[in-house]
Amino acid sequence: MKKLSARRRHPLAAVVVLLLALAATGGLYAAFAPAGKAQADETAQSLAIDEGKKLYSVGCASCHGTGGQGTTDGPQLVGVGSAAVDFQVGTGRMPAQQPGAQVPKKKVIYTQAEIDQLAAYVASLGAGPITPNESQVDPAGADVAKGGDLFRTNCAQCHNFTGKGGALTHGKYAPDLEGVSPKHIYEAMQTGPQSMPSFPDTTMPEQEKKDIIAYIKTVNGDDSASPGGLSLGGLGPVSEGLFGWIFGLGGLIAIAVWVAAHTAKAKKS
Amino acid sequence: MSTVTDTKRKAPAGERVADWADGRLGIYGLAKANMRKIFPDHWSFMLGEICLYSFIIIILTGVYLTLFFHPSMNEVVYHGSYEPMQGIRMSEAYASTLDISFDVRGGLLVRQIHHWAAVIFLAGMFVHMFRVFFTGAYRKPREINWLFGFLLFVLGMFTGFTGYSLPDDLLSGTGVRFTQGAILSMPIVGTYISMFLFGGEFPGTDIIARFYSIHILLLPGIMLGLVVGHLILVFFHKHTQFAGPGKTNKNVVGMPLLPVYMAKAGGFFFLVFGFISIVAAIASINPIWALGPYRPDQVSTGAQPDWYMGFAEGFVRVMPGWEINLWGHTLVLGVLIPLVLFGVILAALALYPFLESWITGDKREHHILDKPRNAPTRTALGVAWVTIYFVMLIGGGNDIWATHFHLSLNAISWFVRIAFFLGPVLAFIVTRRICLGLQRRDKEKVLHGRESGTIKRLPHGEFVEIHEPLGPEQLYALTAHEQYKPLEIGPTVDKNGVERKPSALQKLRARLSRSYYGEGNQIAKPTAEEYKEITSGHGHH
Amino acid sequence: MSSQEIPEERLPAEQDTAHGAVEVADDPFADPGLPAHRPRIQDIDERAAKRSERTVALMFTMSMLATVGFIASYVIFPVDKIVFIWPFGHVSALNFSLGLTLGLALFLIGTGAVHWARTLMSDVEVADDRHPIEAAPEVKAKVLADFAAGAQESALGRRKLIRNTMFGALALVPLSGVVLLRDLGPLPEKKLRKTLWAKGKQLVNMNTMEPLRPEDVVVGSLTFAMPEGLEEDAHDFQNQIAKAALMIVRIEPDDIKDKRQREWAHEGIVAFSKICTHVGCPISLYEQQTHHVLCPCHQSTFDLSDGARVIFGPAGHPLPQLRIGVNSEGNLEALGDFAEPVGPAFWERG
Repeated sequence: MKKLSARRRHPLAAVVVLLLALAATGGLYAAFAPAGKAQADETAQSLAIDEGKKLYSVGCASCHGTGGQGTTDGPQLVGVGSAAVDFQVGTGRMPAQQPGAQVPKKKVIYTQAEIDQLAAYVASLGAGPITPNESQVDPAGADVAKGGDLFRTNCAQCHNFTGKGGALTHGKYAPDLEGVSPKHIYEAMQTGPQSMPSFPDTTMPEQEKKDIIAYIKTVNGDDSASPGGLSLGGLGPVSEGLFGWIFGLGGLIAIAVWVAAHTAKAKKS
Repeated sequence: MSTVTDTKRKAPAGERVADWADGRLGIYGLAKANMRKIFPDHWSFMLGEICLYSFIIIILTGVYLTLFFHPSMNEVVYHGSYEPMQGIRMSEAYASTLDISFDVRGGLLVRQIHHWAAVIFLAGMFVHMFRVFFTGAYRKPREINWLFGFLLFVLGMFTGFTGYSLPDDLLSGTGVRFTQGAILSMPIVGTYISMFLFGGEFPGTDIIARFYSIHILLLPGIMLGLVVGHLILVFFHKHTQFAGPGKTNKNVVGMPLLPVYMAKAGGFFFLVFGFISIVAAIASINPIWALGPYRPDQVSTGAQPDWYMGFAEGFVRVMPGWEINLWGHTLVLGVLIPLVLFGVILAALALYPFLESWITGDKREHHILDKPRNAPTRTALGVAWVTIYFVMLIGGGNDIWATHFHLSLNAISWFVRIAFFLGPVLAFIVTRRICLGLQRRDKEKVLHGRESGTIKRLPHGEFVEIHEPLGPEQLYALTAHEQYKPLEIGPTVDKNGVERKPSALQKLRARLSRSYYGEGNQIAKPTAEEYKEITSGHGHH
Repeated sequence: MSSQEIPEERLPAEQDTAHGAVEVADDPFADPGLPAHRPRIQDIDERAAKRSERTVALMFTMSMLATVGFIASYVIFPVDKIVFIWPFGHVSALNFSLGLTLGLALFLIGTGAVHWARTLMSDVEVADDRHPIEAAPEVKAKVLADFAAGAQESALGRRKLIRNTMFGALALVPLSGVVLLRDLGPLPEKKLRKTLWAKGKQLVNMNTMEPLRPEDVVVGSLTFAMPEGLEEDAHDFQNQIAKAALMIVRIEPDDIKDKRQREWAHEGIVAFSKICTHVGCPISLYEQQTHHVLCPCHQSTFDLSDGARVIFGPAGHPLPQLRIGVNSEGNLEALGDFAEPVGPAFWERG
């Protein structure tokens, strides 16, 4: 708790508290309460941190250490920030089934409120990237084309042209980005989860992150257009070649069998 | 119609036109030999037609695409109708491909037909080539046509590669970059060829225009010539056929060109074209708008060439990075060896017919096809080759296999490295054993008849399955194949008692011949005596 | 060859001269000849034949309708209309309808013709004789004699001077064509050895186009940079970026195993060429936990914490490192060009 009280004076503490307050009271509150007026509620905040700490010691401490100092099974969490927690726990990656470089996405087991409490606790351990608010990740009005260009420079080498994912070394992989929420994409860029490097605001400003999110949502969403027909996974020539061989040539050979076959003979009577 | 009372029959219009043409082209002479030309019926004989028709489709759609495509690397800022590319700098080639896909009505369809037809053309040639290989159809007098076909396959690969590079998108540009890197690896001349091909440093501003003339003029021109030559030879040699009653090495049994094959082959053209159009309607291919324009500093994971180059890609991926630096020069073996292997493995396939005819010493014409089982060593060699090819295809897509089968990229590369050496050997052994097993079954069938599935109980209680003897047609078809006897070097002492030494080459040849036709490497055909003995001995059921 | 002292007729090749001299096993069973033709239903039942005729006509008629449908689709659907069609997804209405109608129009012509051939045209198998490909001996003799006469009349064999000079001229003339290819491109010279990087050039962040500062680059992040002064609309942008593209990461100085790498870095910020040393793909699949970077094209893997050493795959040498420092404005700058050529190896690289 000593550590915690020391962190209360941190310049970012107020923002954490603000976010927690927003999350705890829900979207309605966010709509009605102007951000400037929202006061940091010391009690609510420490309550969230306390709750977070309880959740932490049950679900996380075995790998990350009781104070987030890290163990051989999990990295140190001091300074990873609330954004990292929100991403890792919010996409179900944490708690991990087993420690390792690749932690796959799974069913999320905490509620958003619990995740926020966990995030508050971890954020209280040391300053780090903060969970973005809704307007920060909203792709509306962003420049999709610019996002595409940025995506090809910074992201496509691992995640493929349209974010379908790809292989890394020794069985690791960059996941498919379909269906990943804008907030989680944003947090991943900010925090660099697992093998992924981070793209901090200093080298990739917020607006560019929005552009990238807008691009991903345009080309790899549920209703992304594939004007030419079946996208065949969007994987390029391998799946096209397989389709061409199996369906294309296979179909033509089936037709050839029909063309060359002898017509049924009349039954001998 | 006429006031003149003609004693002569007035020829109908069609005949008059034909007469006119005959006076100038001699068409009656041509038609006499070809109009009722006989073609045997077998589905596998239509594989070549799939290739021919897809080639025609590619030419037709390709001409259409040239009307809209700009083979230029001038940089433009895109302002067409595809939203996610607005304001992006790109080459005119890429921009015009976007226009073909999004602004020309039907342009996307024609592009997709063109590309799907190319994928199917190459796949068709591959399967057609192996139909010819496994049935021994390349034997005399068709060796030259085998080479024509082989050249068509190789040229098809490069035509495909240059065409796929034309839109100047990020994926194909990465492929061009690879080509340039591979050219650089060539000792002494590499940098010069690279500079000359690209008109300077990579990527320069010339390569698309140069690939364009290669893709639409040079290579297809040569291919068209080869296709015509290939077809003329098919007509000239007449088609091969499988052994069967009434089918001999001196005749060809089937249906006449007019009318049956005119309708079947002509109809098949429409079937192929229609089918590929439907494929192009439902499945997207090379969506260049999703790939982005080429930039040498951008890349996407899963960068593969089209399937027919995947074999070369596999070699390049799994090769260890050997590099030798000596006397101020670099020998880039890590890239050079795959390039050489690519050529050597293809050449081995091209030259195989000549090797086989040297081993058999057979200079006769062959018009009756072998069943693959009846040439076990050839079949096994072919399967070994195909194994190398497909192992390398796996290597060429190792990243995609890794993500989709949850495997390690590195493990796949190691698997491919080992399988390159082990795979063909295993495939050879297994295939030959299967072939010999099938030969034994054929022999069994001839001698003991077909298993009828009817079980009979003999008076002393034993149950036996009734075997029905085969009819004369089946008996003939199962025994009409040719079986060579292995070559002998001959006596090592000639009739004057002088010792002669066979050359190493002769010994090699005799040894190869034994491995093809020696004891244990083929199952001797049943003889008439064996058949008589068994059928009379067993009595009739 | 040692075969010279061996009597010719003993060599295996000698068995081949006569046709059919190869030893093969005999066929045990006689060829029963072509089986008798058996009629199809259509051959004996006029109603069945009529049915076939109607089927064929129906297919041709449907093909006509499909072509009408093609034209209608072309007119009706706007080029940018996207519709959802199960199971194909959100596809272009125009592409889908045009392809389907065109495909059907063609396919139905094909099925019609083939069904016609299969059911109504004669299916009697006929045998056609083959003729030997080789010419008859008298034809061959005539051709050889003609050739000899022609060769004799040309006097090519006797007049060696003509023959030799002609071969010489014919051999030389294609050289003109080869010479003409010279201007396809410049000579390589030292072009592959130099990039745009030079002492004092600032590292420009490719996302923001602003000079990079050391504090911008945190451990675990990945940034791409190009030399200051290179503009995206420059005529040689593509050629320059193909050599100059940089990959910037920060590694705790203690984690850097290579001594020279540590010296060439700035407070753990290292700048490596983004161009793979295998065949030149932009390599940048950076795994921040291990500092391994993987090439997406051929999977060469480099260890950025150890001088970008190759640890897997077909690349033959490490990624070149650019020596960097900080200038008076606090921005990262290059302290010179790369010490070695970037990108794929080549003969003169040494």
